[in-house]
Amino acid sequence: MMQRMKNHAILTLLAVVCLAFAGIGQVHAQGLSINIVNGTKSAIPIAVVPFSNENAGLPPSTDVAKVIHMDLARSGKFRALPREDLVAYPHRGAEIKFAAWKLLKQDYIVVGHVDDAGGGAFKVSFELWDVNRRKQLLDRSYTARAGDLRGVAHQIADAIYEKITGVRGAFFTRIAYVTATGLAPNITYSLIVADSDGYNPQVVVRSHEALLSPAWSPDGNEIAYVSFESGNSAIYIQNLSTGSRRVVSARKGINGAPSFSPDGSKLAVSLSYQGNSELYIIDLASGQERRLTHNYAIDTEPEWMPDGQSLVFTSDRAGKPQLYQIPVSGGSPKRITFKGSYNSNSSISYDGKQIAMVQGEGNVYRIAIMDRSLGGQKHFVSPGNFDEAPSFAPNGSMLLYAGMQGTRGVLYAVSSDGQVRQRLVLSHGSVRSPAWGPFRSHQ
Amino acid sequence: MNKSVRLTLIALTCAVGVAACSKKQEVKPAPPPPPPPAPTETAPAQPTGYTPADLNSDPCLRQRVVYFDFDQSTIKPEFQQIIACHAQYLQDRPSAQVRLEGNTDERGSREYNLGLGERRSKAVEAALEAHGASASQITVISYGEERPTCRQHNESCWSKNRRVNIVYTSK
Repeated sequence: MMQRMKNHAILTLLAVVCLAFAGIGQVHAQGLSINIVNGTKSAIPIAVVPFSNENAGLPPSTDVAKVIHMDLARSGKFRALPREDLVAYPHRGAEIKFAAWKLLKQDYIVVGHVDDAGGGAFKVSFELWDVNRRKQLLDRSYTARAGDLRGVAHQIADAIYEKITGVRGAFFTRIAYVTATGLAPNITYSLIVADSDGYNPQVVVRSHEALLSPAWSPDGNEIAYVSFESGNSAIYIQNLSTGSRRVVSARKGINGAPSFSPDGSKLAVSLSYQGNSELYIIDLASGQERRLTHNYAIDTEPEWMPDGQSLVFTSDRAGKPQLYQIPVSGGSPKRITFKGSYNSNSSISYDGKQIAMVQGEGNVYRIAIMDRSLGGQKHFVSPGNFDEAPSFAPNGSMLLYAGMQGTRGVLYAVSSDGQVRQRLVLSHGSVRSPAWGPFRSHQ
Repeated sequence: MNKSVRLTLIALTCAVGVAACSKKQEVKPAPPPPPPPAPTETAPAQPTGYTPADLNSDPCLRQRVVYFDFDQSTIKPEFQQIIACHAQYLQDRPSAQVRLEGNTDERGSREYNLGLGERRSKAVEAALEAHGASASQITVISYGEERPTCRQHNESCWSKNRRVNIVYTSK
């Protein structure tokens, strides 16, 4: 017995070591760690019980329940019961003693187990129960290889989130961001794509010159970005699965601020080859471009409204940067921000109701959200002082933004009500320019 | 204040616009960069003019950075002299080429700062041309906030980053 346990322990250790080495090959040094900055008491209480491991082989290296727990906690909509406060460890609905969980004031409970699916794959089963009504709300299972278990956990978190809130979950999504490592003039810039919680980072492109403004195609297969690798700014589109890329614009002057149209057929950009920064729409199939603005001001950072009929952009035509809206057919832009002397860098929620932006006042730059359905009322979701690049999750419930910690750039994920904020910290180097990717289809 | 700034801006942007147009006309007749070696040897023909050696010794020409106020692209009076001597150098050395690199401090969004950096480098370009430099001798580029020389979050640092670097790509 003792000997068997020992063998098992050694095997597990070996597996862990192997996994660790496998990790180093990719972007081990770029890994993001996560910690919650603040929390909320008004959120829905939910208990996520650790899933039992019922397979014959090695236990999975992913703690599925912990990933679900962290996802729900990060959303701001849920208050996940800390593991040390769990009173029992049921793994199936029939094992739940509801009175005990009700005493702990939990509204919902998630239980599950991981089984051997053969061929090195796992079968993950979970159930979601309403504690007060003692009613099963969800009962599903997923089959996946070890490397995909985090993805399964995110899909489970999405299902739970949608069942309880009525809003589609956005945990099974990816994010893009830029890291800068090393000291000037030997900085290496990397465009990274990772899971929504910062895990599984993969390098898309590396450069010794600045990379900025990543933007996702609506199908999540491509990323447009700006690179200075040729000496001047140029806009590229890179396919994430093949790695192939093409130059979309490398004109004289600025080639910046790419943004895919909702149908993916066009790219809105800011180019200055005709004098100063103006907005253009490039048809990606034909390469044909159409100029949208005509002004001596800086016109940049176009973002598509969800209906694809107009763009919100930054312009300092009134003296300081403010947000404007212009029909894609052209015409005269309409100013949409009036509060605050500096408003730029918008991100628009999927329903077009919320517009996040960088709002500057004096030396403090924070992320503000303007709710157009509430008559343009604004609230701040970040404390400053140098926050930028807001990017909504595809369900509008959270956003990513970049801030500074000392001289280092860090990313934050914040619920759109500003209640829960989480820091995604790079092990070394500086992070900036986050972009939250679109929904992905579930298993 | 605001009005005068805006007027200056308009004046500058007009100047830039004109410069851009005249540049386009001038770029065509002039074939791609003429071979530089010849003029280097013939330079002594103009005894009163600047020579490449002056770039390292002349106290005015040695200054190659123009600094700006926050969110501004107006060239401050204290930098007019630098502009004037570099414009003179470019006039004296028609084969000389400069790249004007516009930069901003870290505040605000990166893409807007790209625009602001370009506006600053174009303001210096317009001023050089107003002092007699030829548009064909000048290229402008903006690095926005991507190339800070100083990384602290305070005004003394920001003021060093809000700049246009005058870089001679051909002397």
